[in-house]
Amino acid sequence: MVDVTDRAKNHKTVGYYPGCALEGTGHAYNRSTKAIASELGLKLKEVDNWNCCGAMEVKNIDPKIQTYLSSRVLSNAHNTDHMDVVMAPCNGCYHNLKKAEYDLSHDAESRAVVDRLSSKAGHPTYKAGQVETIHALDWLKGTIGEEGIAARTKGKLAGLKVANYYGCMYTRPRHIFPEKDQGPGTESTSKPHFMDDLLAAAGADNVDFALKTACCGGAHTLSDSDTSTKLVANILRAAEASGAEVIATECPTCHTGLEMHQIRAEKRFGIKTTVKIMYFTQLLGLALGVGPRKLGIQENISDPMDLIIEKRLT
Amino acid sequence: MPIHEKSLIRPENMKTNDQELIIDGINVAGHWSTFIESRVITDYNENLQDEIEALPGGEFIHRCWQCGSCTNSCTVNAIEPRFNPRYWIYLIRTGMEQELLRDKDIIWMCVSCNKCTYACPRDVVPEGVMKATSHWLEMKGYTPKSPSTIFDEIFSSQVIERGKIEDTEVLTQFLRRTGQPLMQDWLKEIVFKVATKLPVTWGLKSMLAMVFKPKTRDWDRARLAIEEYIHEKEAEHRSALGLNGSHPEHDDHANEWDMRRQEVGSHIDQGDVSVPAGHHDESARSDFARRAGHINPPH
Repeated sequence: MVDVTDRAKNHKTVGYYPGCALEGTGHAYNRSTKAIASELGLKLKEVDNWNCCGAMEVKNIDPKIQTYLSSRVLSNAHNTDHMDVVMAPCNGCYHNLKKAEYDLSHDAESRAVVDRLSSKAGHPTYKAGQVETIHALDWLKGTIGEEGIAARTKGKLAGLKVANYYGCMYTRPRHIFPEKDQGPGTESTSKPHFMDDLLAAAGADNVDFALKTACCGGAHTLSDSDTSTKLVANILRAAEASGAEVIATECPTCHTGLEMHQIRAEKRFGIKTTVKIMYFTQLLGLALGVGPRKLGIQENISDPMDLIIEKRLT
Repeated sequence: MPIHEKSLIRPENMKTNDQELIIDGINVAGHWSTFIESRVITDYNENLQDEIEALPGGEFIHRCWQCGSCTNSCTVNAIEPRFNPRYWIYLIRTGMEQELLRDKDIIWMCVSCNKCTYACPRDVVPEGVMKATSHWLEMKGYTPKSPSTIFDEIFSSQVIERGKIEDTEVLTQFLRRTGQPLMQDWLKEIVFKVATKLPVTWGLKSMLAMVFKPKTRDWDRARLAIEEYIHEKEAEHRSALGLNGSHPEHDDHANEWDMRRQEVGSHIDQGDVSVPAGHHDESARSDFARRAGHINPPH
């Protein structure tokens, strides 16, 4: 097992897999990720002719189809783009590529199905180990690190109270993330801290937030909206109770879910919360001096502009 | 339900005289005179565990040793106490089908947060068991297709058709197919909030995306390979459940969850949303694709 950060450290250019969400509802995440990449001198090479990773839905039709869909993305990154690191900012994409990697290195039937579908579809079969999948958090931790962020931002986020929210797919289930829980310096699946580390390096005041890895009900955000609204309302209220002014997110499904159900909680259950919701890349971008428009902040439904002006972050 | 509250005695089997019971001029009504109707379980389904194990996600149910870590960590259990993966795994493993069916309308509510899979010391993958069990209920005809299954089908059919999805299309198709009004109160507010701030070009771009759907190039061979595989698997699963022959639940939306019941003030005015599958060769396509085809017109 190659240490993920070691590979990423040597790569100022990584394969970039935005996925469907970042071209739709998570557009601001895409925009802000690209904006900070260019600000930091990092190159993102978009995976050629990518397809959907399967999200949270295709596995319920057939889990092996999801493995195939994710393997095709990795196959393109390896065979067409000749990349050995793919960075996926979306937790769903990241999770599925990691899951495919795990299945292909541990399960002969998954290998057989992927091989069969790949040859019928007419592209090389992806083989486990050819590409390392990393999250946007791994990417920034590996290439720039806390010292780099601190040096470039000069504590610009000082005084901003942030609740870091990671959601489900970034840490669960544990077995698909073999590089996590490996001691000091590595990410923890029970108490993830990479986002906390990066934002703290930019000066943010991270609050003690108990629901970092709670579920927002993203899988049923439309099919069982009341359940999702209850789960999100719980997260929003816990963040406010711990003193947070903004919830930092690193997943388009979580982010959209928090914003949508913040409104729905007020409409349907009379639960009003005012905490703002922003992608961590937007917060880092502001800390690096990138303008709000370039970070897509006008697309945030929770409308954090007043807070940004109040904290002199523009 | 906490394990210590589980008992063979059910409220509906208790016979009490709470109202009035006069004996020798004295009202002796009350719980002291409670009788419990005896209940004998005779209708075991000896194949129940095998059937669940034959469906994706259910493969490892036999590993369970009933520690309860899944229910203890469960996101849904915290807001719906009847949602109890440990108990359902117990019922499946002991073949108590009738008992399992008492909870058939909530098993689909699993949100796939994987806290159970994380906590499970035996790698049962309870999240997978929940999915397998909801599919089993639908395939056997015990429940209509859940909103979650309808969403999965709409989403997956777009991925299989074009390689990518388009958010707006998934949203509108789902609301239509479940009979909900397109203009939800929360959705109106979101559209209003965002529309007033975004540049005009953004709106144009998203409208273009709705007309010219995002698509992976040279996808057709992948689509055919996926459809063929799904078709094979479907046949395998049906045969494992002893369901060879007709597919009555596939033909229309009659066997689907009706969300209109839950939506106050919504109207049943969406009409027939089915669109003919068009010029595709029906015989070459899987049941799944055929089912999905009418909500996803080819272009």
